[in-house]
Amino acid sequence: MDLIHAPFVPGVIQTTVDQVINWSRKSSLWYMLYGIACCSIEMMATGASRYDFDRFGLIYRGSPRQSDLMLVTGNVNLKMAKVLKQLYDQMAEPKWVIAVGSCAVSGGPFRGSYNMVDGVDQVVPVDVYLPGCPPRPEALLDAVLKLQRKIMRPQRQGVAS
Amino acid sequence: MTTAEKTATQSEEVLEQVLTVNFGPQHPSTHGVLRVVARIRGEYLQDAEPDLGYLHRCFEKIAEGWTYPQIVPLTDRLDYLAAITNEWAYVLAVEKLLGLQVPERAEYIRVIVGELQRILSHLLWMGAYALDLGATTPFLYVFQERERLYDLMQLVTGARMTYNYLRIGGVKRDLPPEFFPLLEKALDNVLKVADEYQALVLENVIFQARTKGIGVLPPDLARQYAISGPMLRGSGVAWDLRRSEPYSVYDRFDFAVPTGQNGDCYDRAVCRVEEIRQSARIIRQAVAGLPAGEVRAKVPAAIRPPAGEVYTAIESPRGELGVYLVSDGGPQPYRLKWRAPSFVNLQVLPEIARGAKVADFIAILGSIDIILGEVDR
Repeated sequence: MDLIHAPFVPGVIQTTVDQVINWSRKSSLWYMLYGIACCSIEMMATGASRYDFDRFGLIYRGSPRQSDLMLVTGNVNLKMAKVLKQLYDQMAEPKWVIAVGSCAVSGGPFRGSYNMVDGVDQVVPVDVYLPGCPPRPEALLDAVLKLQRKIMRPQRQGVAS
Repeated sequence: MTTAEKTATQSEEVLEQVLTVNFGPQHPSTHGVLRVVARIRGEYLQDAEPDLGYLHRCFEKIAEGWTYPQIVPLTDRLDYLAAITNEWAYVLAVEKLLGLQVPERAEYIRVIVGELQRILSHLLWMGAYALDLGATTPFLYVFQERERLYDLMQLVTGARMTYNYLRIGGVKRDLPPEFFPLLEKALDNVLKVADEYQALVLENVIFQARTKGIGVLPPDLARQYAISGPMLRGSGVAWDLRRSEPYSVYDRFDFAVPTGQNGDCYDRAVCRVEEIRQSARIIRQAVAGLPAGEVRAKVPAAIRPPAGEVYTAIESPRGELGVYLVSDGGPQPYRLKWRAPSFVNLQVLPEIARGAKVADFIAILGSIDIILGEVDR
């Protein structure tokens, strides 16, 4: 039997190294415990009993150095923007950002006021935009699943459907 | 000098040194984005200075450009754990300015949802405070109960957190009939959770060691700083706006105002758990006495209150929530000032944290129960 037709013994799964690495990355997304405003309560609710983030491998970390995922759960003002950038820079590569809620996406009801950053993408790169005021836990889980799909297929631009 | 001697002198120096430590704005125990500049000497806190503004959202300025009904959903985002009480304080101010009589059924519905909101807020505090002190499990139990109450609120208002339910002159719509049996069940569960929390957390030796005698706030100091809410009642002052200056229909209900004796973190915790029970009592009385009728008074579409100014205050889960509203006769308020209880209560932090250990500082900060949305506005 030649190598091409039977490269391994039965029971061995073949894959690429990228696939394995991406799979392990998406299965252990540790998010930084960084609640800013109203949406952080829904983030807590999603992490707690009924919705349970742990099922998707999401565990909160208190320190940015240990986290892969930043959930921007609220509005970012000019004073906070510097802190947000600093926190993002402290996170180890690869890292992802979900803009949770209207305020983080575009400024929400506070858009255009004198102290607001209208959309957190002006400060850090955003992977998934999640609208809602605040988004329901189901929506937050959906955003996380979309991000996981994105991690599995990095060559594809945008979020895979 | 030997190495051992050198190390000893060095650690001596470190002990003498005063270190300035930044606590927050990203810290799991700040309950939001509070930054505290702490000066510590060894294990002890010399001074702690809160630095605010990380969540300043220009609420009061935005409100000057919006019409009166438009501001109601905006108030939800201030104290996002007690959205109904924010709406309530605001619509009370506008109604007082208009001289509007609210239908009795609407008042009762406001009491029911308002007290549900108080329970929801205190439940979250219970979970978060246990988390601050190192216990993870109560948080999960509390959230289980909160989700059930969220379902109820969703049934009434259509939203989980930011309700936009109260209207100037009443409420958005009547309570659905399927609400009442579910409410009865939910209240039973809430009381069960309160008892469980009492037995497993409040009577826990570790919890008591971490909170008893910590962060003592004497009653006269509390008065000087205009502290209100469970923070004040924990110090033994029986001041509750629902009882002292009854608004809405609170003078018709029979409830107790729980107070503590020592004014420490433990007494504040006990007060909050007891308030959950009292809120359940109020809701039961309100449901039993719910009158029939309209839920919304006739209000013109364009609201233009007469020129003047008004101050209304209600008892939010965190204390006296006041609205100072100035009208110039136009469709938008001339000025809307928010007296946020969290903001006022936070002022006393340097006083009661001075001299405490660093670990106890977390317990003290947690016991104030601040919501940064309300502090920074």
